[in-house]
Amino acid sequence: MSYTQLALVGVVATVLLDLVILRTRLLLRRAFWVAYAIIIFFQLVTNGVLTGFEIVRYSGDAIVGSGLPTFIGDGRIAYAPVEDLLFGFALVVQTLIWWVWWGRRGVQYQPVAGPPLWRRSRSGGATRTDGPDPGR
Amino acid sequence: MQQYAYFGVLLFVVAGSGWLEFVVRTRVLQRARRFALAVAPVVLVFLVWDAYAISQGHWTFDPARTTGVVVVADIPLEELVFFLVVPFAAVLTLEAVRSVRGWSVGDEPQDGR
Repeated sequence: MSYTQLALVGVVATVLLDLVILRTRLLLRRAFWVAYAIIIFFQLVTNGVLTGFEIVRYSGDAIVGSGLPTFIGDGRIAYAPVEDLLFGFALVVQTLIWWVWWGRRGVQYQPVAGPPLWRRSRSGGATRTDGPDPGR
Repeated sequence: MQQYAYFGVLLFVVAGSGWLEFVVRTRVLQRARRFALAVAPVVLVFLVWDAYAISQGHWTFDPARTTGVVVVADIPLEELVFFLVVPFAAVLTLEAVRSVRGWSVGDEPQDGR
């Protein structure tokens, strides 16, 4: 299979893992998409360095575009093959699915994240005054 | 020095996300066991994918800008570290969003569905 085909399989398998197999339903949550927007920005930067400087090179036979890194176009975004976005989605989302799954099972659900340093110093305690948002 | 180029990028990922642990109190290091359990199946899947892709020539690594240390099946050490560091950054980011916004992510005990 080509990288293109494998990357598509990776995305489908990841979505199934989240929505059907483990039912973590991360993909339906606002917190996930906000986090993913941040992640994808940094992926474009770091992957742009890896591919733009040709630390990693791709075969034109395995991807939609050619083997030459272009900033945008020829199946590339910020020098990286578009397939890398799918690969990254699978890598990141699968990790977060298992992270949520283990937490839900009670494995180190605690200590819960927060509050940020700046909020603690302002409120003078760890307790949130605003109630938790259901997030969806 | 050049052979550490890939490692330099990985260091940027760690530095770029690691500060969240202290400033936003993501508390992932205190939940290292949970992170290890979460990342283990992912590392396994992606090492297999990487090994296949390398064997098929989907991608190659510049020998001048990698250390040349191989983990298994021609996979550079940098790739294994990548599969640990990127998930770490991803979990930190999700926990940072939760810390700052207070949104649930689906692991809360009362969220029984």
